[in-house]
This record gives sequence, C-alpha cells and structure tokens, in this order.
Amino acid sequence: MPVRIMKPQEVARYSIDKKPLFILDVRNEDAFTDWKIEGESIEYLNIPYFDLLDGVDDIKGKLPKDRDILVVCAKEGSSQMIAEMLSEEGIKVSYLEGGMKAWSEYLELVKVGTLKSGGELYQFVRLGKGCLSYMVIDAGKAAVIDATRMTDVFFNFAKEKGVTIEHVFDTHLHADHISGGRVIAEATGANYYLPSQDAEEVVFDYHKLADGLCITVGETSIEAVFSPGHTSGSTSFVVDEAYLLTGDILFIDSIGRPDLAGMADDWVGDLRTTLYNRYQQLSEDLLVLPAHFMEMKEVNVDGSVAMKLSTLFSENHGLQVEDENEFRTLVTENLPPQPNAYQEIRKTNMGVLTPDDETQREMEIGPNRCAVR
Amino acid sequence: MKVDHFLDATGLSCPMPIVKTRNAMKDINSGEILEVKTTDKGAKADLTAWTKSGGHELLEQTEIDNVLTFFIRKG
Repeated sequence: MPVRIMKPQEVARYSIDKKPLFILDVRNEDAFTDWKIEGESIEYLNIPYFDLLDGVDDIKGKLPKDRDILVVCAKEGSSQMIAEMLSEEGIKVSYLEGGMKAWSEYLELVKVGTLKSGGELYQFVRLGKGCLSYMVIDAGKAAVIDATRMTDVFFNFAKEKGVTIEHVFDTHLHADHISGGRVIAEATGANYYLPSQDAEEVVFDYHKLADGLCITVGETSIEAVFSPGHTSGSTSFVVDEAYLLTGDILFIDSIGRPDLAGMADDWVGDLRTTLYNRYQQLSEDLLVLPAHFMEMKEVNVDGSVAMKLSTLFSENHGLQVEDENEFRTLVTENLPPQPNAYQEIRKTNMGVLTPDDETQREMEIGPNRCAVR
Repeated sequence: MKVDHFLDATGLSCPMPIVKTRNAMKDINSGEILEVKTTDKGAKADLTAWTKSGGHELLEQTEIDNVLTFFIRKG
C-alpha cells in the first residue's frame, strides 16, 4: 500500500473544518507535550519513533479504521520511516511533508473583510504557532502588519494582487517569533514603523510610531493607538475605522502577558489602563484582530481569528476583573512558561543578532505563549 | 573516559543517527562505552530519551562547533 504525503495546507483543512483526523506523533514525549498540531477533531497517539524501530505491531491495534491517519515528526524523516512500516503492514497512512518544521511555517490566508473604499483586509493565520499577520490593500497599495519571517508569502501575495507594499508595521517588539518586517521593508523600500519605547536597542533605522499617527493606504486609514502593557511601546491600530488590530494586548480568549521583557510588575499597570480605560473609549463595533491565538476554539469557522470588541468586553475573562489588585494578581501570578529562545528572538528582532535561516527555525520551535489566562 | 567503540553519524539526519546507534549497540557488550558523533540537532533530545528508554546510561554529552557527542554505556 503506497504511503501518502500530506502537505501542511491539507492538514489545515482538518484543523479548521474540524474533519476527523488521527495523528500518530513520533517525536519524543517532551516535544509532543510542549507543542503539537491542534484541532478539535484530532485524536492523538504519541510514541517516539525510536520505540518503534523493532516493529509497529504494538500500535497496530491502537490505530482507528474510521478516520484518516497522519504520522508526524519534527522534520519528516522519522515519520516517513514509520509510515512506510505501517504501510507494509497494510495500514493506510500519510505522513506530514516537512514535519512540524513545515507546519510551524505554514500560513493560511483568510479574507477578513472589504474596506469602505473597496480595498481588502487579509489575515495570515500561522496555525502551527498561533501568529497572525495582516495585509491592508487599497488602490494598488498595501501595508503589512506584524509580518512573520516567511516573507515570501507576503511578497507573493502582493504580487498576485498587483499591489506595492508601502508601509510595514510591528505592533511591538516580538518575543515569540522573528519579525519579517525589516526584511520586507528593505526589499520593497517601504517605511518600517516600530514603537520607539520597544526599539531602544534596535540597530537599524525605523520610523517611530506615536499615538494618533495616521497613515493612509490608498483611501484607507490606519491610525495608531498607544496601548502599552505587553511591552512598554505596544501600539494598536484602527484600520478603516472598523477594525482594531490589538497586537499582543488583547486576544479572543485571553489577554497579553507583561513579562517578556522582564517587567511584569512595572507593566501590569499599563496593561490595566489600556484594557480598562483606553479600549473603553473606542467604538464597541470595532472588529478585534489580535496578533495571536492560543487555541483552535478561537478560530472562526471561516478560518479567521476575529471578534467584536463589544463581545470581548462581555465575554473575555481578562476584561471582567473589577478590582485592580485582583487583576494584578491574575496577571503576575498566572504567567505561563516563557516562549522558546525568547531573549534571542528579541535580540534578532532588534537586529543585534543575525542567526542563519536554520537557526531562526530552531529558535521558533514551540507554541507562542504570549497570553495569560 | 575509556571509550570502547566509536560511531560517526555526522551528516546524517533523523532518524538515521538513532537507527545507527541502535545497531551499533547490538554488537557491543553490556557495560562497554560507545561514543557517538552527530550533527543532527534533534538528536540531542532524541538520543537522550532513547538511551533512557533502552535502559542504557548517558555518561556525558557535549556540543562543539555544531557537532554533538554522546558517551553511552550499554545497559
């Protein structure tokens, strides 16, 4: 029986459309526990490939007959070997092309909406790592917000749409993934905007974001709203007076963590002010578009990650804490482990470190962990 | 450290470093020490976990110039 190779974009369909899938993850237990392909319709079995070298007899009985089976490993090699062993036993299986490395780099493109002037807003959903990037397109121009390092995706999409990237924004200095902002700006000649409070150690030229700064893309406005708390410079953007890009301040089912630059106690007050004062002054009808999601339940049926601000005011538990001290405790005492290599990632985003592509991939292994629940 | 056997698995990618280590271990006596060199970064966690699950002992592990070296005593 031939082994099928499944591409990341096919896995995305199982994950988003909630199609039944059985994943045999053959990485070691620590790697699996730390980070895996998520989906509400996915069942898992984790057995390291090195425990299957003598044969797959022990697991044959544990594999379902009524759903597709996908073998997954870190880079592909081991999953291919195990998939071939299962196939020789007459079991129909696929393995993931490029392994978790490719899954981490795959971006699902979703159109979020049509803008007033006829432009478009797109969300790039990095399913494997929970990162969200955006492209605003209007009248042949484009702006990119919170780009990932897979910059070809943005270049290719701009080309496909026949638009020129003129502006590149990062809502903050990212600590969980390597920004593609600088690379895109250098390749296109676009302006690269960063909050200056986050960029004190940055070694390249950039444009400073300031509260109220308004940039237009074609006829579409992008307005900066200073919203510190995840970092001291975190800035949100109101696009076309209808969308609120919150960066890592407010997510669908959680709020940002204030500690990735080592300042939890100092910045929790900023976070409180942003969430409980600054955002309250904005229109409740804005559609919130964050820079991350943590769980597949935050992904809408169309694959987008978006929710009305009014809904979040009533449902996001991070916005329901009346008492300021209680909020402080919630935020500073419930911090999850820090993301993999976050210090090196911050330094890379400052331009201080310049790791090669393979090292950048290794640095980004694992989930994003930018939220507190 | 007195090394009894040596395996060069540099340049090989997963799963070959472990497949070769496993084969090499079959041919040596209990208590003997095998030195394995690999350039596959994933081997760091995998060889460590494999050594444990196979009942062997990882005596030492070093990393110099992207070459990972493992000293494993057969259990």
